[in-house]
Amino acid sequence: MPGERIVTIRPSSPKESEAEAGRNEGTPLHVDWLERGRANLSAIARRTSTLTTRRSVKKEWQAAWLVQAIGCIDLTTLSGDDTPERVRRLCAKARQPLRSDLVEALSLDAPPRVGAVCVYPTMVGAAVRALQGANIPVASVATGFPAGLTPMSARLEEVRYALAEGAQEIDMVITRAHVLDHDWKALYDEVAGFRRACGAAHLKCILATGDLKSLRNVYRASMVAMMAGADFIKTSTGKEDVNATLPVSLVMVRAIRDYLDLTGMKVGFKPAGGLRGAKDALAWQILMKEELGNDWLRPSLFRIGASALLGDINRQIEHFVTGRYSADFRHAMG
Amino acid sequence: MPGVREILATMDYGPSPEADGEVRAWLASHEGRFSHFIGGRFTAPRDGTSFEVINPATEERLASCAQGSKSDVDSAVAAARKAFKSWSALPGAARARYLYAIARLLHKRARFFAVLETMNNGKPIRESRDIDIPLAIRHFYHHAGWAELVAEEFPGTMPLGVCGQIIPWNFPLLMLAWKIAPALAAGNSVVLKPAEYTPLTALAFAALCREAGLPEGVVNIVTGDGTTGALIAEHPGIDKIAFTGSTEVGRLIRTATAGTGKKLSLELGGKSPFIVFDDADLDSVVEGIVDAIWFNQGQVCCAGSRLLVQEAVAERLYAKIRRRMKTLKVGDPLDKSTDVGAIVSRIQRERIASLVDAGKSEAMHCWQEPPGLPRQGLFYPPTLLTGVAPAARIAQEEIFGPVLVAMTFRTQDEAVALANNSRYGLAASVWSENINVCLDVAARLKAGVVWINATNMFDAASGFGGYRESGFGREGGREGLWEYRRSAALSRPASKGKSRTADFTTAPSPALPEPVHGLPRLDRTAKLHIGGKQTRPDSGHSYTIRNARGRAIGQAGLGNRKDIRNAVEAAHKASAWSALSGHARAQILYYLAENLEARSDEFASRVLELESGTRRSAQAQVAQAIGRLTYYAAFADKHDGQVHSTLSRHVTLAMNEPWGVMGICCPDEAPLLAFISLVAPAIAMGNRVVVTPSPAAPLLATDFYQVIDTSDVPAGVVNIVTGDREALARTLAGHDDVAALWYFGTAAGGADVERLSAGNLKATWIGHGSAIDWTSDAQARGREFLRRATQVKNIWIPYGE
Repeated sequence: MPGERIVTIRPSSPKESEAEAGRNEGTPLHVDWLERGRANLSAIARRTSTLTTRRSVKKEWQAAWLVQAIGCIDLTTLSGDDTPERVRRLCAKARQPLRSDLVEALSLDAPPRVGAVCVYPTMVGAAVRALQGANIPVASVATGFPAGLTPMSARLEEVRYALAEGAQEIDMVITRAHVLDHDWKALYDEVAGFRRACGAAHLKCILATGDLKSLRNVYRASMVAMMAGADFIKTSTGKEDVNATLPVSLVMVRAIRDYLDLTGMKVGFKPAGGLRGAKDALAWQILMKEELGNDWLRPSLFRIGASALLGDINRQIEHFVTGRYSADFRHAMG
Repeated sequence: MPGVREILATMDYGPSPEADGEVRAWLASHEGRFSHFIGGRFTAPRDGTSFEVINPATEERLASCAQGSKSDVDSAVAAARKAFKSWSALPGAARARYLYAIARLLHKRARFFAVLETMNNGKPIRESRDIDIPLAIRHFYHHAGWAELVAEEFPGTMPLGVCGQIIPWNFPLLMLAWKIAPALAAGNSVVLKPAEYTPLTALAFAALCREAGLPEGVVNIVTGDGTTGALIAEHPGIDKIAFTGSTEVGRLIRTATAGTGKKLSLELGGKSPFIVFDDADLDSVVEGIVDAIWFNQGQVCCAGSRLLVQEAVAERLYAKIRRRMKTLKVGDPLDKSTDVGAIVSRIQRERIASLVDAGKSEAMHCWQEPPGLPRQGLFYPPTLLTGVAPAARIAQEEIFGPVLVAMTFRTQDEAVALANNSRYGLAASVWSENINVCLDVAARLKAGVVWINATNMFDAASGFGGYRESGFGREGGREGLWEYRRSAALSRPASKGKSRTADFTTAPSPALPEPVHGLPRLDRTAKLHIGGKQTRPDSGHSYTIRNARGRAIGQAGLGNRKDIRNAVEAAHKASAWSALSGHARAQILYYLAENLEARSDEFASRVLELESGTRRSAQAQVAQAIGRLTYYAAFADKHDGQVHSTLSRHVTLAMNEPWGVMGICCPDEAPLLAFISLVAPAIAMGNRVVVTPSPAAPLLATDFYQVIDTSDVPAGVVNIVTGDREALARTLAGHDDVAALWYFGTAAGGADVERLSAGNLKATWIGHGSAIDWTSDAQARGREFLRRATQVKNIWIPYGE
């Protein structure tokens, strides 16, 4: 392929992960890189349907993996009836996502905390106040969430507003039409524009894969978003008919790997919507570990957008500690 | 054991062992000693010879099993023979209930069988649990259905009798299911020998047959090594041998059964190509490769063991494969996270190691990952050898281990040429996002199974089996059931037709020439017909053809092995015939019929001249021959394949493909009608043929080449070599570039043909001396001929975007 740079494929070794690559700087738009997007649905479905049958995580290991998963959760509320009080309650759970007796029973070095709290822009202030001193970033959906069909100026203003309120991460939505029309330049400019607006804040680019339909579109959109400087690529808003699925995630993760091979830069991945059980968390963790390696099990490169997931993880961890099946009311709600 | 805190630092998977207590308790309850299952009972373990069965992952002894002796095989065959009578007489619906019960019980005991299989074979529990056992169960369900339907769906056929079945160690229970389910569904009884390394699930299955209430003697299991297998293969009381295993042993079985009249199906080795085009989804290709060559430690007959990759993407693909290899987990097969388990035996592991060690020098690079194997047990690391030339031994020989050899190609044509550059032809896998490329390559591959953008997919509804030296016969699906039925019409001994023997003396004959209309005959020279040309025999000899009164009516060339060689070469050049549409071939066959009819009086006279009989009967023979031509012309575009109902969102195409180049040795009787009855179906299906006509009456065939020449039959499609059928048949049988051979001669000649066919394991159809009544439509024409003229290729096409 013309203009293609083939960088030596580097398996993620512990040494490299210590180095912890900096942010994705983005690249100029290489339309030829999109040619790699040859996602074969049936083959991908075969891979994802056996991912969790090929790997099994039990007992201590499962408990550890679930603790690790807690740290990757973007604890989220994105409802029309959100209030500052509701957000405060969520933040309290974010500070203490696991009952202290369970933390103790697991002999953890420190109590876990979630990856971020994710809210609408007008709730950012409330969240920042509630998380004071907790060292938990607040993420804000912005840019005309969830459809993204508001004027660019308004969308940029929304980003600036959220940042001013104290958001450290922006979860943006793309204009799906750019993907459906294969207008890669427009998509690139859109994401790059938000990246500039973000400054030091991290940018998660929501592809709304349920709207893009084909896995090839998902791959291409992933690639363009990364070239435009996204720190994370994220599956869904949670509002599409179909949200995070393993096949879509596998395609995005493979795109991340291709991008790493091409540029040497690491981009994070965030599945969102539809991950409700501890089993789901493990499935996506297995996906990340198998396809990208342990670096992508850490919150710097892996987040799970979820609201209900934490409750089930709480119950499973208690089951590990006590040997008894747990009940949801035994764990604080968020 | 590390605590949660430590694990958080490593994020390892940790151990996840499957419990083996139930299986160990079962082994203990048998005190680790097993004997045969004959006539519905386990025979008492005698003091006779036995052999040890181990767990290859630990090399611990699991049990000892009885070595099947001649008397054991005799009693198993006797039990099966006794059971056959009532079993085959049962209504299909009743047989279906037994098969259904076996499927259900296997389902209920799935985990037990999975654990036992893994302990005995060394394959990862993930595979035995998710692939082997479910597919075995599926096979019994599917064939419970066939038992119900077989009488209605296979009219005019009957079961074979007692089937001897010899299975390999790589998929012990699954191969048992592939053998037993169709045999029973079709109404046969069975004597099965599991592989000596892995007899335990077969013995547990025997117990399950009892549990299902299967009548005594319908299924008999005799354990033992190759000598027990040979006793089964050679047993005179057995009607059919079904064998899965190495090509080498397949040859022995072909030889051992030659001339016995046993039906035979062989599913043998392979060196299956895995073809990757530059527009493939390379990450999915990598997972395909994992499933192709690191599934079951590569001990898979259809393993995609030859990676052919388009040059433009080769280095990128190799890099991706190498990275993926690092995440493979090799180790305890009972661990649920294990990808690659143990090699079945020390001998096999050493064989793999020696082939790889020798092959390293023939490869550009050799990669073995992941580092570090378990210290105990029989393990071999996943291996990738790149830059391997087709000439390398490792590129040609089946390694039967987790070893992938890779080479590159430039163009689609080169990919097909490299893929087909093998004695084997079991399976192939084609990866491209372009359907034009995929289907074109699939059509041109010499392989019984082709997976598009997929690999190692199986389903009971689809046929499985090889081309070339990968064997013949199919297992699974409708085509698989034919291996366990036979034509009722052809099973009746036909009245021996009129025939005379030829005198191949080449010296001037004492026979006086028969005058024609009171005048001396105008001498005619019948030649051979090779590559569309009339050619003189290489030997320079002719022999005399006499009429019924012993008078000479002419001479025919005495063809020899070089004429056969030339004819086979001419037939190969006529490959365009196989690529024609059925409609186009039909037109040629109709044209042959037209031209034969135009000359029917002349041919009737010739029949009359060669055979005693009336003009009316001679005319009838010509008329019937014309009828056979139009019959197969009609069929030329109607012997359709099937779309098998396998998995959802998959099209599984079962295509009836011609063999390519076939030999046909005609019987003595009905010299015109038999010739046409055999040649017409063969060429209608797209084969090019080398025919040896009736030795005593070859002039009908040599007259017929004039019809061929005037009917637009492309040169090389029908090649006629006159002479001593027995000698010519032996040459054809021993010719490695002839894919199939029909022989309708003597019993001794048939035995020779079968024996010599072992060389390239060509498919044969032998009359076994019991003549077909060529005037009988029931016997001498029909689908049976078309099936014998074709082999089934199953193409799996998953779809979806």
